[in-house]
Amino acid sequence: MNTHLELSDIGMNFKTPRGTFCALDGIDLKVAKGEFISLIGHSGCGKSTVLNLVAGLLKATRGGVIVNGRQVTEPGPERAMVFQNHSLLPWLTVFENVALAVTKVFGKTKTRAEQRAWIEHNLELVHMTHARDKRPNEISGGMKQRVGIARALAMQPEILLLDEPFGALDALTRAQLQDSLMEIQARLGNTILMVTHDVDEAVLLSDRVVMLNVGPGARIGSILQVDLPRPRNRLALAENPAYIHARAEILRFLYDGHSAHNTAAPASPVAKVSRLQLLRRKVANG
Amino acid sequence: MATESTPPLAPPNAARNLWPGLSEAASRLATRTLPRLLLPLLGIVVVLVLWANIAMRINTSLGALPGPAAVWQQAGNLYDEHVAERTKARAFYARQQQRNADALVEDPQAEVKTRPYTGKPTFIDQIGTSLVTVLSGFALASLFAIPLGIAIGLSPWLYAMLNPAIQIARPISPLAWLPIVTLVVSAVYVSDDPAVSKSYLVSMLCVTLCSLWPTLMNTAVGASSVSADLVNVSRVLRLGRLTHVRRIVLPSAVPMIFAGLRTSLGVAWMVLIASEMLAQNPGLGKFVWDEFQNGSSSSLGRIMVAVITIGLIGFALDRIMLLLQRAVSWDKNAVLR
Ligand SMILES: Nc1ncnc2c1ncn2[C@@H]1O[C@H](COP(=O)(O)OP(=O)(O)O)[C@@H](O)[C@H]1O
Ligand SMILES: [Mg+2]
Repeated sequence: MNTHLELSDIGMNFKTPRGTFCALDGIDLKVAKGEFISLIGHSGCGKSTVLNLVAGLLKATRGGVIVNGRQVTEPGPERAMVFQNHSLLPWLTVFENVALAVTKVFGKTKTRAEQRAWIEHNLELVHMTHARDKRPNEISGGMKQRVGIARALAMQPEILLLDEPFGALDALTRAQLQDSLMEIQARLGNTILMVTHDVDEAVLLSDRVVMLNVGPGARIGSILQVDLPRPRNRLALAENPAYIHARAEILRFLYDGHSAHNTAAPASPVAKVSRLQLLRRKVANG
Repeated sequence: MATESTPPLAPPNAARNLWPGLSEAASRLATRTLPRLLLPLLGIVVVLVLWANIAMRINTSLGALPGPAAVWQQAGNLYDEHVAERTKARAFYARQQQRNADALVEDPQAEVKTRPYTGKPTFIDQIGTSLVTVLSGFALASLFAIPLGIAIGLSPWLYAMLNPAIQIARPISPLAWLPIVTLVVSAVYVSDDPAVSKSYLVSMLCVTLCSLWPTLMNTAVGASSVSADLVNVSRVLRLGRLTHVRRIVLPSAVPMIFAGLRTSLGVAWMVLIASEMLAQNPGLGKFVWDEFQNGSSSSLGRIMVAVITIGLIGFALDRIMLLLQRAVSWDKNAVLR
């Protein structure tokens, strides 16, 4: 495998008023160029933390993120992020929101006209050209999320990071956006890391589904390879045995209550402390 | 033919169609006209009646406290005085021009002088002076407070360093600043041909010193509470420091900045009147003080005209700020009142 992105033995501790909290403990993952990876796991297990580490918004306590053989030290537009709650600038129009990214990334390499064309091209990709002059509060949640995706794509990122991008949307809009995302990735070939809590979404979109254990001290519990041919059609897949099997695998993982303290012993002393505390709590609760 | 061109008679049930229109009007009266227009008017009438009744019963050394009618009459007098003064000024300049023209006819080399008219400033002039002073003081305060507020909001270090000083300076009354400002201006502002008068500078600086704080504090809070997600967007884009402030921080803070500016302008107006009164600087405050010292039978009425004018101008300034606040607010869902 030609590794594009590597998470190497990542440990992440947060300082909290009640002492150190170990969120991640030993995450190892290698991702090939153009691969679509989903991160799935219970809420609070550290999925967003993994994404923020890859983005460079957080700094790992131990280990690190390596992209194209070089360690990530700061955020940058080559690792664009689509945030959970769209994060559009409310005082800018749809067009201006994308333009902010385009002028920053391509200000020196593209002419004004080329930049404008590029913004419009990206709005077209997510079918938002008609609302280019609207402000975020004038469009629906699904439309905002589309603009968020357009803004990220307009940075022409090598790696696209999506944090529960469709979590707050209704089923129909979500399905549409999932199809758009598959289409876009087929066309552009970005490496994608997506956090989700939707099992169907994970199977439908991914090449591999990475399942995280319950924290604290979360690690990768299991990785599922999804060998379904592309392009994928959600209706056709509904009856596909491989699809049904993959789905069942993930569900079993999630409902079996996998957690750090009933898998193999982690190495870090911090994790040991938290496991001890957990044990103590268990004892105290009877 | 004639009968055909007359409009057809209204069908008998047309009268019934009137009723929905009527009830619609009634409900509009109940939901809009009444609370928006009639109730405020009613409130003002109640205040006027109370005022008239209470005023009658209070006897001061200058006679009975003037009621609404007497005050209204004084307002008319003040306006007439203003018109008369303007007429005199025009006449003065006309005479001077004539005299100069005559002198030039007699001797083309003659040195003609143009002297300004030196009449007593009228009530309207004093309003103008006060407005200019308050707006320039407020503008200076804003020019200083907004950038500093942004800097404090963005830098925890700067905040820690300056916060104690700000918290101590903030509650200082304009009356306490006044002597210091007066002395400092007298010492520092020495010029043979001053562009602006010292008294104007003193009032203006007092206004600045006291009206700075709400804008400063609000801007700092606004700049420090930019949504973490937007900050992350900026970080992913690697926006430079200045671009970050201009594109993310400043627009985020605009609602807070304008809330601060509005409070500041209110403070500025109050401070101005106090400092004009105390320091004998021209303006509405001095007008009130002069009338108080004057102590004629019409003085109380004239003071009341000034007091009401001060209130009305303060109200108008606040409304203008509110309109500005609404115009620049990107959060169109926020209720601003
Ligand atoms: N900045 C932080 N400070 C302290 N604890 C944090 C911080 N960010 C995340 N955590 C904790 O780390 C854990 C993982 O968080 P997160 O990655 O957001 O979970 P999720 O899988 O739901 O996205 C949670 O228990 C959360 O409380
Ligand atoms: Mg999350």
